Amino acid sequence: MASAFERIADIIAENSEVKREDITPDSHVINDLGIDSLDFLDIVFAIDKAFGIKVPVEAWTQEVNAGTAPAEQYFVMKNLAARIDELVAAKQA
Amino acid sequence: MLLEYFQMIDRVVALSPEAITVCSHVPEASPVFEGHFPGHPLVPGVLLIETMAQASGYMLLARMGFARMPFLASVKEAKLRSFVAPLAELTIEASLVHEGSGYSVTSARIVSDGKRICDSELSFRVLDFPDPRLEAAMRKRAAEIGLNEVPAP
Repeated sequence: MASAFERIADIIAENSEVKREDITPDSHVINDLGIDSLDFLDIVFAIDKAFGIKVPVEAWTQEVNAGTAPAEQYFVMKNLAARIDELVAAKQA
Repeated sequence: MLLEYFQMIDRVVALSPEAITVCSHVPEASPVFEGHFPGHPLVPGVLLIETMAQASGYMLLARMGFARMPFLASVKEAKLRSFVAPLAELTIEASLVHEGSGYSVTSARIVSDGKRICDSELSFRVLDFPDPRLEAAMRKRAAEIGLNEVPAP
């Protein structure tokens, strides 16, 4: 099966105007790829469905806004993929 | 149904945590019909979508115990299949597709006299009430349409 990064990149390309080849592990979803909040909602919905999880976007956003976590921890592609892998593993545990 | 005041729902018929059925009666006259269209009054398609959104919204409000407010964010695969004229009786059904973090997705449709009127998948941002007056208004209108009185289907 494709890696979480590959699957998330495919989802982003399918749900936004970002070209698949422009998405790299170091891409910041918002700053580099320019995903707006509505496209991000669609992307999160697609990730929730594809991975059978509930991405805790609100908790992540609160942490970033409160300064307790850097935005890169959740919104750079390789880190986002790692967080998704963690959520999938936690669900299966 | 008072089109000009965006009161699209008359009565809740059935409610469960993941589905709602409501009904509405299209009035004989409305200022909306003066423009849409002269000599050929029809409920605008955007108001049919609003009607589906409100049915979905009341289900989500009930589900969340009015803790937060759903705001319509996207309308997908909307199909406006039949015209809706004055005096039509509408049945609106909505069901929960997915509850995410800060958003929800529903599927909704309207039928009238056994005929499919429209259907769509709707997404909502779910946010804290931005003003206590909005929460009070939503609770008041929900009580008026019997949101808390109906048994599960």
